[in-house]
Amino acid sequence: MNRAGRFLLYAALVSTAFYALAPMWVMLSTSLKTLDEIREGSLIAAPHAPTIEPWLKAWGTACSGVRCEGLKPFFLNSLLMTIPAVLISTLVGALNGYALTHWRFRGSDFLFTALLVGCFIPFQVVLLPMARLLGAVGISDSVFGLIFVHVVYGLAFTTLFFRNYYIGVPGELVKAARVDGAGFFTIFQRILLPISGPIFMVCVIWQFTQIWNDFLFGVVFAGSDSQPVTVALNNLVRTSTGVKEYNVDMAAAIIAALPTLLVYIVAGKYFVRGLTAGAVKG
Amino acid sequence: MNIRYSSDRWLPKLVLSPTLAASLVFVYGFILITVALSFTESRLLPNWEWAGVERYAELFDNDRFWVSAKNLAIFGTLFIGISLVVGLVIAILLDQKIRGEGFLRAIYLYPMALSFIVTGNAWKWLLNPGLGLERIVQQWGWTSFTFDWLVNPDRAIYTVVIAGVWQSSGFAMALFLAGLRGVDSEIIKAAKVDGASLPTIYRRIIIPSLRPVFFSVTLILAHIAIKSFDLVMALTGGGPGTASDVPAIFMYQFSFTRGQLGVGAASAVMMLMTIVAVMVPLMYAEARSGRER
Amino acid sequence: MKMKSIAAAVLIASFACAASAAEVEVLHWWTSGGEAKSVAELKKMMEAKGHKWKDFAVAGGAGDAAMTALKARVVSGNPPTAAQIKGPSIQEWAKEGALGNINEAAKDWDKLLPKAVSDVMKYKGNYVAAPVNVHRVNWLWINQDALNKAGGKVPTNYDEFFALADKFKAQGIVPIAHGGQPWQDATVFESVVLGLGGAKFYNDALVKLDPAALASPTMEKSFDTLAKIKTYIDKDASGRDWNLATAMVMNGKGGMQFMGDWAKGEFTAANKVSGKDYTCAAAPGTANSYTFNIDSFAMFNVKAADAKKGQLDLATAIMSPEFQEVFNLNKGSIPVRPGVNKAKFDACATKSMADFDSTAKTGSLVASFAHGMAVPSATQGAMVDVIAKFMNSNMSSKDAVVALVKASKTK
Repeated sequence: MNRAGRFLLYAALVSTAFYALAPMWVMLSTSLKTLDEIREGSLIAAPHAPTIEPWLKAWGTACSGVRCEGLKPFFLNSLLMTIPAVLISTLVGALNGYALTHWRFRGSDFLFTALLVGCFIPFQVVLLPMARLLGAVGISDSVFGLIFVHVVYGLAFTTLFFRNYYIGVPGELVKAARVDGAGFFTIFQRILLPISGPIFMVCVIWQFTQIWNDFLFGVVFAGSDSQPVTVALNNLVRTSTGVKEYNVDMAAAIIAALPTLLVYIVAGKYFVRGLTAGAVKG
Repeated sequence: MNIRYSSDRWLPKLVLSPTLAASLVFVYGFILITVALSFTESRLLPNWEWAGVERYAELFDNDRFWVSAKNLAIFGTLFIGISLVVGLVIAILLDQKIRGEGFLRAIYLYPMALSFIVTGNAWKWLLNPGLGLERIVQQWGWTSFTFDWLVNPDRAIYTVVIAGVWQSSGFAMALFLAGLRGVDSEIIKAAKVDGASLPTIYRRIIIPSLRPVFFSVTLILAHIAIKSFDLVMALTGGGPGTASDVPAIFMYQFSFTRGQLGVGAASAVMMLMTIVAVMVPLMYAEARSGRER
Repeated sequence: MKMKSIAAAVLIASFACAASAAEVEVLHWWTSGGEAKSVAELKKMMEAKGHKWKDFAVAGGAGDAAMTALKARVVSGNPPTAAQIKGPSIQEWAKEGALGNINEAAKDWDKLLPKAVSDVMKYKGNYVAAPVNVHRVNWLWINQDALNKAGGKVPTNYDEFFALADKFKAQGIVPIAHGGQPWQDATVFESVVLGLGGAKFYNDALVKLDPAALASPTMEKSFDTLAKIKTYIDKDASGRDWNLATAMVMNGKGGMQFMGDWAKGEFTAANKVSGKDYTCAAAPGTANSYTFNIDSFAMFNVKAADAKKGQLDLATAIMSPEFQEVFNLNKGSIPVRPGVNKAKFDACATKSMADFDSTAKTGSLVASFAHGMAVPSATQGAMVDVIAKFMNSNMSSKDAVVALVKASKTK
């Protein structure tokens, strides 16, 4: 390619990068300004005298209801909910994908399609029946109920990911192992699991983002002492009286997004690598 | 040997059965409950007094429902279409042996990490005429510049598209990039030897081979579009007025804040039927084509 | 009907909650500033009585998310002790069989509360909710400097109102500070209807939903006036929160705002004084009427004896003069009962108290339509949709009236 072409190419990529970064820049610079500066200045200007005061307040002392402990306790609740839910849904998804590709039986394609419908059910529909059920089992208003709900509605996606990945693994490998007398779990453990690293990354990233960022389930199924950070963020940002502290709001929004941002930045490389390794080969 | 074989016959099904059961209860069972509710007198809470198709009559008579359906059509088409194109173009550009690819990729991808509530609020600021873009450009000297889509009832839904595309095109890019990396380089070399130009190679060989990727991306984007709730809530709140209302918000408000659970359920049923009509044939075709490979 | 309540009763009774000892869980959406401080006060009172306070705070508008969470809790058979519910919604919840009887704590409430209020708190003669405060909705808030510059006369009808708005425009400020959210649109609308048609017309049209009143020329004129008001609002108003509009009046960017007296909480929080920094006046033409908006806590069915005790103590605490005083000072509203020390309340609040008493006698004390005090939520929602659409399109007043009549039939 000629030099002019290269130049255009980079220009296009860099300007897209600016488009992608603009909102984050606004949030970040706002979160480091004092309220006076926000009132006077422009939205995109860099802060004159950066202050971390808004961040400290959002983390430790901002009020949500009668509790003035910032986002800290809710952050912990979110971790307690997200980690088990991600692990369980990923593991079950892996086994499902394995069974659906290398242990086909009559109707397994139909079953897979039927499971996929679960991706599309609007969550608003399930709230009341789910509440009734969780109440009957006795895990309503608790972190267990929340984990359960997230696992149930994450399975469709995790199964899809692993199914699409494992379909690229040659069936001969599995058949040979079966001839040698290896069973269902042995084959999974010896043959499939060792090559599943990339897709595990994809699946964990996806699930982590979905579950961490969820608001609706959090607000409906969490008890008052297991509310996740998104609910606290909502309480903080959508306050209805007093001076609106945009800097604290923005700091809180970034804090709430930090774990997922971190996951994407640190593991983003593996994400594309994992996808390349076969997640998207239909 | 015999024991082994027989266990192999039921073990995979046993492994799948919890998921199947969960799906039957929590997806299909709950859909059935919703269908049932849409034929009842339910108001604040579920109640099973039969009402026939009254709820549907009320629903079809409601202007807001049609506005929201139209908005979903506009938003869904543009959001999926633009995200696909932008994602594919960036992926192709990034695939030209770019210096700093990893860095750029991370920048394009990060919006997907944010919740829609955060995205919605950030864009609300940027698009607000008095705070964001319009004011900034005017401060730069172009005083006649206006960009008031956010507060213009005829344009508000397009701001949702802008924010949605911003959030999701990076993700589409990642999937396409992965697909591009998976294309057999031998075929491309052969085409080059035959004298095909780069655009032709992309148009005739590479892009057609990405068909499964298009499917995966469309599936995920459609899932985001149909469930779009947080984003619209945070960005426009369905406004101005009810101009950017979408079915998910309609359903939520009628079911939970207005005490018209029956009507909310009826709208949910309409939504589900649309999904089934559009997505299921697509998914089944894809599931079958996967087997032949 | 009967089947409905039985079904609901069975539903709730079958999952009767086994609440742990004397825990009082309260669902509310008062998450910020003065409101949160007021709730903290209630918490302190309850803890002094030996109960454990469990805070279930969910912010957001008029409690959209909170209502969803509440429904899920009730369906799961694990309702909170009390939740912030008001107006006809209390009756709706009671009809579903979800609310508990608190007569034991309410022995003298009949004497303390005006009938208009106690009727709302009772279901079939039993108290099921405790009132917290009374808000007046038909206020107009005016920036004092701008008003002085424009001659200093508070408008008492819409001719004067628009004359003043023109002067504000000439001063280079936004004449009417407004937030373009459906409920705020409806707040302006109801004040206009009350100002043009008077209390009786308001009552016929927006409370009793009389089709003749709704389709009358007065209603069409109300929409005409609303359309004219629209021309004095800046275009950035869409989606703006009400308190940001109040801030515009405060810092002189805006001239005046139609808003209930919770706006005063904003002025007070910013150390602004009525008569010096701002003026509170009845919305044009409504000086002799009063649209009330009462916040209350509905009490849910709790089974365990100690939980019931906690609930009764909560109801008693809410109605106590001490709580009524501290809460309403923060919130900008007035106490719902007599016998509260008035010394600390400002001029606007004292005027509100006097007007509340006098309008209660003349019959021009009317329920706020925009704030869920007048009609069931489904009907209100449908009608507010029409008003919001009118505010955000070129709909003609004639069409709006037709649409409003149709919406009023929503059940």
